Amino acid sequence: MDVIVCVKQIPDPETPAAAFKVDEGAMQVLPAQGISPVISPFDAQAVEAALRIKDASGDGTVNVVSLGPDSARDAIKHSLAMGADEGYHLKDDAFEGGDAWTTALALSKAIRHLGVPDVLIFGRQAADWDQGTVGSIVAELLDLPSATVLRAVELNGDSITVSRVVADGFENIELPTPCVLTISNEFGDPRYPQLRQIMQAARKQVTELTAADLGLAASEVGAAGSRVQMHALFQPTSDVEVEIIEGDTPEEKASGLVNALREAKIL
Amino acid sequence: MASILVIGETDDAGLTAPTLELLGAASRLSADLGGGVALALIGSGLADAAAAAGPAGADSVYTADADSLASYQTDSYLPVAQGIVERDSPSVVLMSQSSMGRDLAPRLATRLGSAAIMDSLGLEVDGDRIKATRSCYGGNARQVVTVQTDPQVITVRPKSQDPLEADSSRSAEVISVDVAEPTLRARTTGKEQAEADGIRLEDAEIVVSGGRGLGGPEAFSDLERLAGVLTAAVGSSRAACDLGWYPPSQQVGLTGTVVSPTLYVAIAISGASQHMAGCGGSKNIVAINKDPDAPIFSFSRFGIVDDYKKVLPALESAFAEALD
Repeated sequence: MDVIVCVKQIPDPETPAAAFKVDEGAMQVLPAQGISPVISPFDAQAVEAALRIKDASGDGTVNVVSLGPDSARDAIKHSLAMGADEGYHLKDDAFEGGDAWTTALALSKAIRHLGVPDVLIFGRQAADWDQGTVGSIVAELLDLPSATVLRAVELNGDSITVSRVVADGFENIELPTPCVLTISNEFGDPRYPQLRQIMQAARKQVTELTAADLGLAASEVGAAGSRVQMHALFQPTSDVEVEIIEGDTPEEKASGLVNALREAKIL
Repeated sequence: MASILVIGETDDAGLTAPTLELLGAASRLSADLGGGVALALIGSGLADAAAAAGPAGADSVYTADADSLASYQTDSYLPVAQGIVERDSPSVVLMSQSSMGRDLAPRLATRLGSAAIMDSLGLEVDGDRIKATRSCYGGNARQVVTVQTDPQVITVRPKSQDPLEADSSRSAEVISVDVAEPTLRARTTGKEQAEADGIRLEDAEIVVSGGRGLGGPEAFSDLERLAGVLTAAVGSSRAACDLGWYPPSQQVGLTGTVVSPTLYVAIAISGASQHMAGCGGSKNIVAINKDPDAPIFSFSRFGIVDDYKKVLPALESAFAEALD
């Protein structure tokens, strides 16, 4: 089975809230001091799913594609260190300021350019914009069946069996290949690259592709081609003032809390 | 022609609560946008739900009623939704950020030559656009966005909008839609229902939630006992679910369920932004955490700084006494 995984490098979502800052004028998140960007955690799980499919099928390749600035290369290198075979970096100034649509458009062209694989895997959403649409848009553009928000993926002969997380449980879905899958956090921890693998990945070539390589005009991608426009980016404020219930014993604190809830007519 | 089309969802009780909220939002927006509100229902056995559409705020309701549509599948719902949108030609399509909305909205928007904004918290009219405020960066930031193409497809976070007071004097014209036999590529072969003993998270007036700070899965049985005393539902942070301590169906947060109870009791939960995205709409949050600097306290009305293991038994008896 041949698999392509699409990944994204993002500011570390574990950045402590106190270190998270927004430049409202530029509508950008400011890089946190001393905290390096990471591969979006759902995307690392997508790479893990891809590697397991390749292992289960006994042959094939896992290739990785990322669209983004220079830093996207690190998400690709991380995936290669996990065990992926080849990396492709969609890199062009024209891609800047794009949205989910322009990203998905460029990814779909890149996937056609590389050859549509048996399985295409994405994280359920990038943990920066949290939209969760790129996988589905690519599926639509390539006219492929899709299943989203998955906690388990299994190779079943020529087809793929998946478990989808829904509000009241799980759905089992069977898909033919080629198909598009998006992986959710319930999938479990991805493998962590060992030093030897990181060094091997560092030596691997990453192929760069521009908009022109993909047959896309600058007007179709980036800010120029976007369908969604951002008007503001800001940090929410909380106007709640906490009242800490004091007491010498847990019993005093507990009864203090119950009394406070009663006085506030919450109980 | 309606200006806003709501793609609704139904359950055994009729229109789901998020669908009623969407109709409320659509009615308020259409007052500024002009045009009416249409509801699209895709499913089987829709007559009762369709009858509730008018009182809930719809001017017309499209029903695509067929056994083959009994449950959501991408390949069967997508062409039906596309057909209804093309027939109604709304400028705005609203869906809930539900299991269905997450999956359907981006594919539908792409098929219609447009784009989707996901998981909106606030909606306002700006000319012929809907300005949507949505959470991003795991809840650490908010962005205001518009879809520049038509139709503007927007999913809305459950409980972020108020439904209308049901008005039984209102009725909606029912338009029945022909349904072709679907061509399924991806096929749902079965469903595992999450254990549903107790109160549904999204309906509960009180939610007791536990996080990674509980230290292990056993502690959830203590939380369940406290929940029993309070007639509450039990939730879990994503960290605790990912560790396998509690089922994913009980996860509160950005990637789980959104709750807005009267009282949310967060036990050994640090208050990561992605968790607050799921419980930030609660009317009152109470936090119990041994770390006085835990972010959860900055969202809470009341707090106890202590080891939950010491506080929980005392709390259980204090609540039992108070509610006796």
